[in-house]
Amino acid sequence: MTAAVEPEVGRARRRKEDARLITGATRWTDNIRLPGMLHLAVLRSPVAHARITSVDTTEAVRLPGVLEVLTGADLAAEQGSLPCAWPITEDMLAPPAPSIAVDEVNFAGEVVAAVVARTPEEAQDALAAIDVDYEDLPVVLDLTAAVADGADLVHPDLGTNKSATWVFDSAEAGTGGDATAAIAEAEVVVERTFRQQRLIPAFMEPRSVVVDPGPDSATLWSATQVPHILRWMLSAVLGIPEHKLRVIAPDVGGGFGGKLQVTPEEVLTLLVARRLGKPVKWTESRTESMLSGHHGRDQLQRITVAARRDGTVTGLKVDLLADMGAYLRLITPGVPILGAFMYNAIYKFPAYRFTCTNVFTNKVPTDAYRGAGRPEATFAIERIMDELAAELGVDPLELRRRNWIRHDEFPFTTVAGLTYDTGDYEAATARAVELFGYDELRAEQARRRADHDTVQLGIGVSTYTEMCGLAPSRVLGALRYGAGGWEHAAIRVLPTGKVELITGTSPHGQGHVTAWSQIVADRLGVPFEDVEVLHGDTRVAHRGMDSYGSRSLAVGGTAVVLAADKVLAKARTVAAHLMECSPDDVEFTAGTFAVRGTATSMSLGEVVVAAHVAHNLPDGVEPGLDAEATFDPDNFSYPHGTHLCAVEVDTETGRVVIRSYVCVDDVGKVVNPMIVEGQVHGGLAQGIAQALFEEAVHDEGGTLTTATLADYLLPSAVDLPWFTTDRTETPADTNPLGVKGVGEAGTIASTPAVVNAVVDALRHLGVRDVEMPCTPMRVWKALRGGAA
Amino acid sequence: MIPAAFDYTAPSTVDEAVRALVAGGEDAKAIAGGQSLLPVLRLRLAAPTLVVDLSRLTELAGVHDDGDSLLIGALTTHHEVQRDPHVREHAALLRLATDTVADPQIRHRGTLGGALAHADPAGDLLAPVLALDAVLRCTGPAGTREVPAAEFFTDYFTTALEPGELLTHVRVPKLTGWGARYEKFSRVAQAWSIVAVAAAVKVVDGVVEQARVALTNMGPTPVRARGVEEALTGEPATAEAIRAAAARAAEGTDPVTDGNADAEYRTHLARVLTERAVTAAVSDA
Amino acid sequence: MRITVTVDGVNYSDEVEPRTLLVHHLRDRLGKTGTVVGCDTSNCGACTVHLDGRSVKSCSVLAVQADGRAVTTVEGLADGGELHPVQQAFHENHALQCGFCTPGMIMQAIDLLAEDPDPDEDAVRHGLEGNLCRCTGYQNIVHAVRDAARRLGGTR
Ligand SMILES: Cc1cc2nc3c(=O)[nH]c(=O)nc-3n(C[C@H](O)[C@H](O)[C@H](O)COP(=O)(O)OP(=O)(O)OC[C@H]3O[C@@H](n4cnc5c(N)ncnc54)[C@H](O)[C@@H]3O)c2cc1C
Ligand code: FES
Ligand code: FES
Repeated sequence: MTAAVEPEVGRARRRKEDARLITGATRWTDNIRLPGMLHLAVLRSPVAHARITSVDTTEAVRLPGVLEVLTGADLAAEQGSLPCAWPITEDMLAPPAPSIAVDEVNFAGEVVAAVVARTPEEAQDALAAIDVDYEDLPVVLDLTAAVADGADLVHPDLGTNKSATWVFDSAEAGTGGDATAAIAEAEVVVERTFRQQRLIPAFMEPRSVVVDPGPDSATLWSATQVPHILRWMLSAVLGIPEHKLRVIAPDVGGGFGGKLQVTPEEVLTLLVARRLGKPVKWTESRTESMLSGHHGRDQLQRITVAARRDGTVTGLKVDLLADMGAYLRLITPGVPILGAFMYNAIYKFPAYRFTCTNVFTNKVPTDAYRGAGRPEATFAIERIMDELAAELGVDPLELRRRNWIRHDEFPFTTVAGLTYDTGDYEAATARAVELFGYDELRAEQARRRADHDTVQLGIGVSTYTEMCGLAPSRVLGALRYGAGGWEHAAIRVLPTGKVELITGTSPHGQGHVTAWSQIVADRLGVPFEDVEVLHGDTRVAHRGMDSYGSRSLAVGGTAVVLAADKVLAKARTVAAHLMECSPDDVEFTAGTFAVRGTATSMSLGEVVVAAHVAHNLPDGVEPGLDAEATFDPDNFSYPHGTHLCAVEVDTETGRVVIRSYVCVDDVGKVVNPMIVEGQVHGGLAQGIAQALFEEAVHDEGGTLTTATLADYLLPSAVDLPWFTTDRTETPADTNPLGVKGVGEAGTIASTPAVVNAVVDALRHLGVRDVEMPCTPMRVWKALRGGAA
Repeated sequence: MIPAAFDYTAPSTVDEAVRALVAGGEDAKAIAGGQSLLPVLRLRLAAPTLVVDLSRLTELAGVHDDGDSLLIGALTTHHEVQRDPHVREHAALLRLATDTVADPQIRHRGTLGGALAHADPAGDLLAPVLALDAVLRCTGPAGTREVPAAEFFTDYFTTALEPGELLTHVRVPKLTGWGARYEKFSRVAQAWSIVAVAAAVKVVDGVVEQARVALTNMGPTPVRARGVEEALTGEPATAEAIRAAAARAAEGTDPVTDGNADAEYRTHLARVLTERAVTAAVSDA
Repeated sequence: MRITVTVDGVNYSDEVEPRTLLVHHLRDRLGKTGTVVGCDTSNCGACTVHLDGRSVKSCSVLAVQADGRAVTTVEGLADGGELHPVQQAFHENHALQCGFCTPGMIMQAIDLLAEDPDPDEDAVRHGLEGNLCRCTGYQNIVHAVRDAARRLGGTR
């Protein structure tokens, strides 16, 4: 083994993952073909709320190639209820959540029948031959209407559309004052209602599931972010012994929270494969994906800030209505709660009250989508800070300065009760202002206003932080989340000195294979190329909590460090024994053990061989150098940053064009700057898309009218600007790598930056808000003073 | 998703194709580039039992200079139209509009004839063809006839083509030396037009001698903005004159309200985009 | 129907249903799973291949329409272990994350460079407007295509 000279951590290593992805030698779930494999296709309800009065399958079963046609009645006894792992309150109402509807459908897109056939074509043809009769029930779509007295009910037996109400009050929690009193006494109060439109995660790889039921134990491949959680939940829901179920997430084409789920189709594929004793595949079409994969956001936020005339905020109150959709999926109810701790953002607010009511509607369930709860919170607070600045006539950056936590005030315990370990908002903001040319742009804005230019310029500010690195298990427990937040890693040192690292994280584009290799290479002093990272297969990576919530590096990466340190500790013992000295006298640098103050040394490779052959080990030391570690953080990590956006708004057409976008993020220490920058870019794209383009729209009957990529508008390369990105670095205190997490930062920060810019461009023309997405028509109507 | 099953034939002459379509009756569908038809079949919004592939009809390919006009075969792809030197010189408006259609891959397959026969009111080639006073040559069981563009588009996704009839050629009178502009407004680059304006002008000594303006997606069929043309003709090509003329853009239109825009906004856009299109066409002249 | 298609230099003769899309023929019959399907409406571009040297969306071509023609997929680009310059540039510039859009992106980028060997940023963005990527925000893809242009220019 040769020693790595330049440290790996911090290098822009090109990714190991790319080799197969750029040559087409990929392993998507839909690529899998097993001998005798059958194909599952499902029929989905075209209506949003109805009783199923009959399902006629007689014609479908007679079609060529069809092996079985199943209805809800056929599977009612075995299917169990899809799991919800986050009962946010003791008295939360949760209806049973079938994978296939039995006698009632509650959203358009819900599965009502399933066909198993020899080919995908035959399965599709058979769907067309199934006849379902529905008796319409009243459809509940609008959040406000759903909670009004006498509202039609999604689940009449629950007696209400309210699933749960969750409250945080800093006076009650002892983390701050009384927000209601602060508002009553305030010199200035600003209140706004913001709508977080429904979004569709729209990962590019449609979901796919393959099950090989096996003679003894079953294997399930799924395009999932969470193979470990999936195995646990599937065995719990279906009563399959967990050790008889292996779950594999092969190459997964994006997720963004959308594949953080236990889906009806995973349950159904498993059920029918076991029933028929044959391998079965299900792959969704894009339309199915849009109709039935969970959606994100969909909240109504009423937010009130109280302040003194000098700009000091004295209190904050937030009232949310959160749309659950028709059922509670894996963490549906918890998404708004993740936001609850973020409304106070980077500020030293003294009093805070948050109330959230979770509401059922006849729509597909909502659940995690990139940022999950935190983008919503950041949007509302950053929007209203701009509104307050306008109200007070101060520059929006200045208002933030007057309220934010100064770098010398860390660690800082917020009014929401979190302790932010480190950060430097001044530094990130100063850098962003400089890169952006803030003052010049303000001058140009003034000129265009004076000239009554058709195209007006707007500047949007967003200073954000987020809690990520989910999460301390104890905190999750206190919030009634059903699982822990730790992560696991194992290292196998092979006799030739090559290393296999097994991680419990489950990457699907984030580049863990590369980053984890860098960490191991540094820690053990082995070449980057000598590390193989294994993941995403419960038989190989037996313990893991998977990838979401920007947790992988801060938690999973730390587990890797701890495992490597255990390997080294043992290697040191062995080396000391062989060199006949005390372990305390052994120094380890760049892959070599040396006896302090002597010329005696051994390479790690030699120690590996010695540990492996075990001819001469100290008493009581087991052969081999393998080690494993589990890390449970004792705090979240808190990346932060300042994003500045300049938009040009064509006041004649309402079109918004982003002219420049600058972001300076502080994600702590960086393992691979190239990967970090890529994560920021992707996050920005999704956040900007929420601001300007995307919205899941339903018609009055509850049918999704944006169920194709022709209607649900994802931005193309033409529709996004050039991003100027930079970083400041305050290492996190909460993990040995000093890292904070970057997966969600861009998404969280960018949406309010863009909308603030749009409103800023038009404020002098009387515009106070534009509802998202800020389509040309909405902007134009806002300008005319109509409903925005 | 997978289309429902169908039979397939790929005739090599127009006559054979017409015979196949007639024999197949209502359940037969022609396919040219397939860029509009295949998504419809995949979503199973239509399920023909016979698909007649036109791609072997080499007689319908390419652009020909035919004296005062260009004769463009229905199978000419968008990509070929974009690159064709005759089109560039004599029918710039058609090229500019074609540049805005879909994306490069779709332009490699999609055809002018297919786009016109499909008659999507948001399609970008209908208004230019109307503005250019093109004539569409159609061949069917009853023989060949020529239909002026103004009579070809009859309703949403509906044309004057009779059952079994094919669009074979588009005759475009040459407008050499005219200025042209296709002003398209869509929400993202790849999306269809919310509204678009096709304008071509002939300017002599600073005066608009002739003007052709037509609107995309301002009704079930493309609309000729005769009021605008009238107002421009004979007037100096000034900003004020153009603005005044553009104010008449929405005359005779019947825009829909849909998920992308309501009728009021479309009406407004028609005026703004007409002003921009004509202004650009004038400076191109 | 029996069709003969040359895919990545190999001749394949198969019986297909007329309704079979080229992309399904490639994936399900020929095992060419490097090309993927991302939508039903010809919007995403993930399925882009070259048909007789021009980029097309293979979900929008019937397999029978490819009869007698040549298809190149992402699997046919590397020349005996040597990556195509566009593949190399995607790797070097971190132009992919999950990699699902990548086969289509690379195939379209090659077509774009054939048409315009030295595209500016705007031309690259327009040339790729029929290819959606949900991971990268496109910036590194733009970098990669311009870098590939330089690499190809160098060898020309
Ligand atoms: C994602 C996407 C985006 C698009 N964006 C745009 C856009 O922005 N603007 C725009 O204008 N278009 C757009 N299009 C449509 C594109 O221009 C198509 O190429 C065109 O509409 C159809 O041409 P085609 O040759 O592919 O026709 P096909 O799909 O083969 O046929 C379309 C219809 O016309 C009939 N037909 C075809 N040829 C003939 C003929 N010669 N005689 C009689 N009937 C015939 C067919 O039977 C069928 O009903 C888009 C398409 C897609 C998939
Ligand atoms: S699968 Fe072909 S364009 Fe999406
Ligand atoms: S890299 Fe994931 S979609 Fe482009």
